[in-house]
Amino acid sequence: MIYLRCFWGVVWRELLRFVQQRGRFVAALVRPLVWLIVFAAGFRMALGVAISPPYQTYILYEVYIIPGLIGMVQLFNGMQSSLSMVYDREMGSMRVLLVSPLPRGFLLVAKLVAGTLVSIVQVYAFLLIASLYGIRLPTNGFLMILPALFLTGLMVGSLGLLLSSFIKQLENFAGVMNFVIFPMFFLSSALYPIWRLREASPLIARVAELNPFTHAVEMIRFALYSQFNWEATGIVVATSAVLLALAILGYNPARGMMARKTATQE
Amino acid sequence: MPEPRTLIAAVTAAFVVAPPALAEKIFISNEVDNTLSVIDGETLEVIDTIEVSRRPRAMALSNDGTMLFVAAGDDGVLDVIDVETHQVTASLASGPDPEVIRVDPNRPYIYISNEDDNIVTVLDYEARTRVTEIPVGVEPEGIAVSPDGAWVVSTTETSNFAHFINTETMQIEHNILVDARPRHAEFTKDGAQVWVSSEIGATVSVIDMDEFEIIHTIIFDVPGVPREAVQAVGVELTSDGRYGFVALGPSNRIAVVDQGSFEVLDYLLVGQRPWHLALSRDETRLFTTNGVSGDVTMIDVERLEPVRSIPVGRFPWGVIVVD
Repeated sequence: MIYLRCFWGVVWRELLRFVQQRGRFVAALVRPLVWLIVFAAGFRMALGVAISPPYQTYILYEVYIIPGLIGMVQLFNGMQSSLSMVYDREMGSMRVLLVSPLPRGFLLVAKLVAGTLVSIVQVYAFLLIASLYGIRLPTNGFLMILPALFLTGLMVGSLGLLLSSFIKQLENFAGVMNFVIFPMFFLSSALYPIWRLREASPLIARVAELNPFTHAVEMIRFALYSQFNWEATGIVVATSAVLLALAILGYNPARGMMARKTATQE
Repeated sequence: MPEPRTLIAAVTAAFVVAPPALAEKIFISNEVDNTLSVIDGETLEVIDTIEVSRRPRAMALSNDGTMLFVAAGDDGVLDVIDVETHQVTASLASGPDPEVIRVDPNRPYIYISNEDDNIVTVLDYEARTRVTEIPVGVEPEGIAVSPDGAWVVSTTETSNFAHFINTETMQIEHNILVDARPRHAEFTKDGAQVWVSSEIGATVSVIDMDEFEIIHTIIFDVPGVPREAVQAVGVELTSDGRYGFVALGPSNRIAVVDQGSFEVLDYLLVGQRPWHLALSRDETRLFTTNGVSGDVTMIDVERLEPVRSIPVGRFPWGVIVVD
């Protein structure tokens, strides 16, 4: 019971923060919409993108990048959620949370789920605007992507948590955004199919294949067309598990990064 | 554990009498491979490939629906194919370079455009004799027969004419100038209009059959696609008077036109260089031959949405749906 109360407390706080930070919500929507409306329009491959699974016929580029932009929304949200951890730590409100008698791992998972729920709200708002803009997506797909969104949210959120355990100050986080978000997004199948990347550079294509974000995007892409991609889902689940375990370890006062950092400072 | 959808389908099947399976077959002529691909209407998979004479393009069915005629341009023949067994049973001499063929609904006549000789040849497929030859403009291509069989329209690519041939007298009675390079002609199901597509003009001229004059010109302009890539070729009209579909060649699009207002409602993305079109018998599906990408795209007519593209042979040209 106390677990549930604590869980809701963390989730509620995250949702409240999300509602109050209207700028963050607007930014979360504007970012993918700029890509969709400006970038995809300038680069629309008007004659169609060649067929590759899960598509069964030719599609426009603006349809192709939708799963990648969904991934982008979740990636930014995951990182911002972690950013709030750094902020909480700096402001001292994290201490209030950490003195709770519940296991620290549970608190982190609650925080992770809360961030994921926020990202799912953002994704659906983005999809609604994309539909109004005239992007045709399968109706079933809106429901079918829900589990994939949850898994992706957990994966990028775990990565954010792990990173936040390394970062002591807000200022350092900007660098991580540049060195983590941008490479993860650009070196993936979010903007271009892997076969297209391979034509440009086999090395980049290989890196994209190893990038877990590629698999998150592909998992969402297949789910949007009511198909299940075992390989992509397996990789996302495994990556989430490893990252979350490392993050919990990182936040462990006895063994984690925080302890080491404190020790160094002393 | 079966998927929920499979389970629902199984339960439904147990209680409801299953609708008759779509026994349709879709024949595709592959211009470069010298073959026809046969697609199963239900599974949408290629179930047979038939070797035919060289450069197969247009196809037409005999009035009893048992024979499929295939115009083979480089061999100057029409191959006759049994639609059940898929065997080539005969080859009829067609005159040089036959391109488009259509069958008279009242008589066993095939109208053939002979591109190199500037004539329309009329062949009796039962008697296997040549009925007559009608001189037309330069490079005849499109042929259409009115639903009542009274008129044949022949479009000539270089002269830019739609010639109206009276099938009683086998004489041209009207000539109408249309936009550059007319490729295809298609009658509305009530026979009141004939739509003539112009490849270079990128238009469709709608001709009234009472007045023999153009009552409307449909102009196509696909957003984001260069003007020269928009070329109007194949035309297909639904019998309920709702939609007209026009294949727009290198723009990789099918235009959806309102048959009543002639307004272009949408452009649907298909494979590369769609050439000709055919509706399924119940008109719920439209098939396009995509010449450059070597596939056939199936469009859901109700949702106006391309659903699937099926690889066939090289340079698919014509398409015909057979029960």
